[in-house]
Amino acid sequence: MIKQEHPTILFRILSVLSPLSILILWEIMARVHLIDTRLLSSPSLIFQAFIPLLLSGELLYNTAVSVQRVIWGFLAGSIPGILLGISMGLSPLLRSALEPMIAATYPIPKLALMPLILLIFGLGETSKIFTIAIGVFYLVVINTMAGVLSIDKIYLDVAQNFGASRKNFYLSVALPGALPMIFAGLKLGMGMALILIVAAELSAAKAGVGWMIWRAYDMFAIEQMFIALITLSFLGYIFSLLLDMLENWVLPWKKQI
Amino acid sequence: MYEKESISVTHLNKIFNTASGQIMALQDISLSIGEGEFFCIVGPSGCGKTTLLRILAGLDDASSGTINIKSTNINRPVNSMVFQEQSIFPWMTVLDNVSYGLHMRGIPKKERYEIARHYIEMIGLSKFTHAYPSQLSGGMKQRVSVARAFANDPEILLMDEPFGALDEQNRILLQQELLRIWEEARKTTVFITHSIDEALCLGDRIMVMSANPGVVKTIIINDLPRPRNISEIRTSLQYNQLFQSIWFILRDEVINSKSKASSI
Repeated sequence: MIKQEHPTILFRILSVLSPLSILILWEIMARVHLIDTRLLSSPSLIFQAFIPLLLSGELLYNTAVSVQRVIWGFLAGSIPGILLGISMGLSPLLRSALEPMIAATYPIPKLALMPLILLIFGLGETSKIFTIAIGVFYLVVINTMAGVLSIDKIYLDVAQNFGASRKNFYLSVALPGALPMIFAGLKLGMGMALILIVAAELSAAKAGVGWMIWRAYDMFAIEQMFIALITLSFLGYIFSLLLDMLENWVLPWKKQI
Repeated sequence: MYEKESISVTHLNKIFNTASGQIMALQDISLSIGEGEFFCIVGPSGCGKTTLLRILAGLDDASSGTINIKSTNINRPVNSMVFQEQSIFPWMTVLDNVSYGLHMRGIPKKERYEIARHYIEMIGLSKFTHAYPSQLSGGMKQRVSVARAFANDPEILLMDEPFGALDEQNRILLQQELLRIWEEARKTTVFITHSIDEALCLGDRIMVMSANPGVVKTIIINDLPRPRNISEIRTSLQYNQLFQSIWFILRDEVINSKSKASSI
């Protein structure tokens, strides 16, 4: 037992120390001109650029715009994904009707659909939200269906034996039984949403973190680009934290294992 | 011997269609179980005892024959089953698991929780009322499963080797508990087991089945006095005589099926 504790502390220190040392190394290499600061910048330069961007509210505004798009796109993709995934998991009829279609269209890179989505929905918010939604939808629907199909048959017998109605069966067996897999899908979907937001904001956006990256490219403002990238990684972290919290709240029975 | 009949099965057959042809799982099963009777079914694996129980539970259909389960109250569910494997919902607390049947029947939360608490107390898990199954041992989970069936207050209880997967100590404890709860409720119970000892400890009558096809070999009356204490009845002469007689039937059965298999 005592032997085990030692490495745990070591691992913790290491996990803080290693990114820190990379930052320091980066800074040193920039100072002694081992790397080109015009392209790779340096932690101190990035921090200097960060303050005005934060104080002017520009960064927060762009972040808020992107967050809104991600949330709406995430909801628009995951809610139908969960509903359809459960229905497909429970109904062999629906499954055989829709599964081939989903399997065939799933491998299409969602980015390849961007031009078509722009033509259909125009340059407004809808096109960006829809791009994210469609990426999230596939991951959620596939995982939800797999989740329902993985529910042990014994629980279906129990529900039948105790006379569960269709609605009660959904709520007491199918949904909770599939929830662990649904959350796996939601987490993958959130990662996908962050990938797609940058791409969606590439074309025809006037704000957003993704837009900031492309504007920084146009203006050759490397620091701003790094700040946008860090913001994205921060957003990803926050969103996964929120999903973890939601998971712990919805799945108390998983937490206590 | 019983004033009222609770379950009657007449000329029941069950045929499974498999890739290698038809299999006669149950052949011409006829039996009558009295109200308040504890009816045990023993037999070697593959004799169709689980299939028979699933048909009684309405989870499978018979190929032919009739089943009649008497209903004394239209609001009461016909049957509740205790399954062999772990079958309590991992996503529900003990309280929600035990009140599941009541919930499905639309009984208001307050009322169903009250009933459930009574049964949770009976199985000695009051401390675990709000625990999830992942925090329970195998024996505790089966207790919850038994409580869930009792709390539902069905016309008949169906138990499919509920203690089969438990260790010896837990099995004896749960058998004793089941006897105690059953003595109180005196509910018609059909209990499946492969253990002659378990059948003798629990049942009023013991139906011995044989395999390939599953048929009723004989029905033995087990008149060991109630209330029973499991450790006491095991040492009685009566228990030993009954054990012997069931064993001889089953032994011949197993040897016959072996020689049949080797001659093919």
